[in-house]
Amino acid sequence: MSIFLLKRLLTLVATLIGASIVVFAVLEVLPGDAAQMLMGPDAEPEAVTAMAQQLGLDQPALTRYWQWIAGLLHGDMGESYVYGSPVTELVWERLAVTVPLAIMAMCITAVLAIAAGVFAAANHKRWGDVGLMGLAQIGIAIPNFWFAILLILLFSVKLQWFSAGGFPGWSEEAGGGFWPALQALLLPAIALAVVQAAILARITRSAVLEVLREDFVRTARAKGLSRGAALWRHVLRNAMIPVVTVMGLQFANLLAGTIVVENVFYLPGLGRLIFQSISNRDVIVVRNCVLLLAAMVVVVNFVVDVLYAAIDPRIKAGDI
Amino acid sequence: MSRQTDTRASVPNYPTRAFTRAQPQGFGRRALQHRSFVLGALLTTLLIAAALLSFAWTPGSAYEVDMDAALQASSSRHWLGTDAFGRDIASQILVGARASIAVGLIAVGIGLTLGVVLGLVAAARRGWVEEIIMRLADFTFAFPALLSAIMLTAVFGAGMINAIIAIGIFNIPTFARITRASANAIWARDYVLAARACGKSRSAITLQHVLPNIAAVLVVQATIQFALAILAEAALSYLGLGTQPPQPSWGRMLSEAQTLMFQAPLLAVWPGLAIALSVLGLNLLGDGLRDLLDPRLTRER
Amino acid sequence: MALLEVSNLTINLQTHRGRAQAVRDVSFTLERGATLGLIGESGCGKSLTALALMGLLPEHAQVDGSIQLDGQELLGLSERQLCALRGNRMAMVFQEPMSALNPVHSIGRQVAEPLRLHLGMSRAQARARATELLERVGIAQAAQRLDEYPHQFSGGQRQRIMIAMALACGPDLLVADEPTTALDVTVQQRILDLLQELVAEHSMALVLISHDLGVIAQNAEQLLVMYGGTVVESGMTEAVFARRAHPYTRGLFAARPQLHAAEGTVRLPTIAGAVPELVDLPAGCPFAGRCAHTQDECYVERPQPRTLHQPSMAAPASLASWRQPHVARCLYEQVLTAGART
Repeated sequence: MSIFLLKRLLTLVATLIGASIVVFAVLEVLPGDAAQMLMGPDAEPEAVTAMAQQLGLDQPALTRYWQWIAGLLHGDMGESYVYGSPVTELVWERLAVTVPLAIMAMCITAVLAIAAGVFAAANHKRWGDVGLMGLAQIGIAIPNFWFAILLILLFSVKLQWFSAGGFPGWSEEAGGGFWPALQALLLPAIALAVVQAAILARITRSAVLEVLREDFVRTARAKGLSRGAALWRHVLRNAMIPVVTVMGLQFANLLAGTIVVENVFYLPGLGRLIFQSISNRDVIVVRNCVLLLAAMVVVVNFVVDVLYAAIDPRIKAGDI
Repeated sequence: MSRQTDTRASVPNYPTRAFTRAQPQGFGRRALQHRSFVLGALLTTLLIAAALLSFAWTPGSAYEVDMDAALQASSSRHWLGTDAFGRDIASQILVGARASIAVGLIAVGIGLTLGVVLGLVAAARRGWVEEIIMRLADFTFAFPALLSAIMLTAVFGAGMINAIIAIGIFNIPTFARITRASANAIWARDYVLAARACGKSRSAITLQHVLPNIAAVLVVQATIQFALAILAEAALSYLGLGTQPPQPSWGRMLSEAQTLMFQAPLLAVWPGLAIALSVLGLNLLGDGLRDLLDPRLTRER
Repeated sequence: MALLEVSNLTINLQTHRGRAQAVRDVSFTLERGATLGLIGESGCGKSLTALALMGLLPEHAQVDGSIQLDGQELLGLSERQLCALRGNRMAMVFQEPMSALNPVHSIGRQVAEPLRLHLGMSRAQARARATELLERVGIAQAAQRLDEYPHQFSGGQRQRIMIAMALACGPDLLVADEPTTALDVTVQQRILDLLQELVAEHSMALVLISHDLGVIAQNAEQLLVMYGGTVVESGMTEAVFARRAHPYTRGLFAARPQLHAAEGTVRLPTIAGAVPELVDLPAGCPFAGRCAHTQDECYVERPQPRTLHQPSMAAPASLASWRQPHVARCLYEQVLTAGART
């Protein structure tokens, strides 16, 4: 493996460790008495002490932290106070909704944004460009949850093509199935995708315009390639480098967006779980889920770096 | 053979140029011709005007509950209709502008002040100080801002103040990074090297040379962060973690409207439109400023 | 019939300060196997002229006049027709070898591209031919290095790769825009020698652009001196170098640093003033104001070309079977003959 990727891997591990420390600190150490927080201000002191013992809060913070990390390395995330079941099970169920949702949203974003960005760049300063970039400006300004509500108003209330929320499940026995599940995820994915696509379209357009200015594009034209052929064969691959990087960075925003959008559509996903657990003061679930989200972001960025090395041969040589 | 005359002075008055040249223009002129800037400035002024106006006058009442008038469509009395408690929507929109602006202004203010200081220090000191500050800034990118804001408000309590603090904290790394990047470019310039050779202290150089030259970039970034802060506040209020009742907030209006989607669909349109237009205005303003404050045209001190 | 005939080529551009005439009334002819040098300072319009030949000017440029390649008029051809000619019958080599190659494609692929595009070769055929071409231009172990990337080669090697790419389809016309300016001095000579060999081998016409008098002297039989978009002097290189009729040409020569200067500090002669921006060029002679012999009329009246020496038809045959007349533009003949060396 090249030095470049090795360094990135080390950064990944370090970030995860750092993230776990921060999450732990914010949730458990800062607010003071976690058991009190869980039980509420009016609880009996004995009940609070019992809860504290159950949570292992009588032990010093460092020990609790190690216990948590040790558990994680064995795949054990602890038990949820509210649901009474292992957190790992809960998380697994919820991921089955959030991961497909995120993937769908990312795909829609990529297709829309790259098509729009390339088209706008190829028609620089003409109506296609101005029009698309105007749309992009509007797209950036729209809150994703408002767009979600508007989609529901149009497609569920008015046209009644889709249900207004909820998730039927992937398995047919439980009343769901593959296609119904996908259908339930479609509107949420679009709501998430539109804002991201608007941002990415602008980035794609500037990346393509930048590359169009490069000398090697002029060389390609001098060889007899038409504008379209030069764009397709020479420009795109170079322009994808910054685009893919930004997509990776946007993934964090996408995940944050799922928290809100899953609430709008009543989807039983990871984002909704986090939100509900925060409201319920279910500290154990919250810290594991937040760390999981952070891990997903970091891993995706690592994948982006791998892709980056694959696209740009100058990186493979390991001189960065 | 040739007359050594001052040829410039004796040039006759007929056209001596192949083409006439265009006049260079001043800032005000260019600003008014720049579409994004004009539209953005207009929308932003509208936003600020709405908030200021709400202190003096609103078309109806944003707070008074009047169950008889609940869920009415728009009329001459209630221009945008009423909500489930009979409160006037138009008034709520105007008052809601206050929350958005307050959060935007203060959160960005926090991020700007602390972030710029950190960035300037990082650029001035270099070495391990810079490394630490930048690693910390990079690290926060692993945490989606909204998620952390949700965590903080949930842990420390919901409400506008905590929302401001949470959003403000997440503006700090953004401003720190951009300040450091721009400041580093200025530090590399020759006149700064000259100033250092004359024995000027790093803080003096930072205040006199670096800061004025990165001001344009910071202004542009601030308008963009303002827009993002408004979006974040709306999301937090939508989830119930931001501005609390009875203070109207556009985000919370949307969440209330969602439960009434089938009865009164228009309720969901107005607050969202308000958010979108405010954010659009600020983004356009930021883009316009970025074009107009092009470094080619700022004079360096 | 000459391979390349350019008549009254005029190019108007849109600059941020208004319309400007970047190239005015350029005319020349070029035979197969001959090399034409284009010399002038930056901004004099030489690169634009070259791009006009290839049809690669920016979209907002207005072009007038005529460019005929082997009798075919190039101005007014559709983009499709031009694409068929570029890289095929006419090719161009650019100044910056460091950035003129696509960093994410292997050099084998880039050299093979015109072969597959214009000659319809298969992948294997194109690869084989690309290897031959690279070997011919002096890339060692070409077969093994076909799949390497541009950043793995030095500047001089990249320029050789560019030349191989340009020659892939055996063009009749090669335009080289300052091909050696960005290279080390030791490498420059070898690249220029390579170009000369290839020109002779393939009987190509070469348009060589440079701001370096030495390069032009050694490599071009005929030359155009450009200033402010106008050809101020043109003719056979020996004739122009010997006579230096136009004040600008004289200034160029005088401005060369002399290695064995006279004793004591001698100031390097310069041409007074600076090159004006395109929009500021006078309607008359572009050199007005900087020329020591400027009169009022110079600013307004366009000087027409004056023939200084017409070669006799019985001149001995040389590499170019058509000797170019020595022509310069000035309103006053006395100025052109005044500085003549005996």
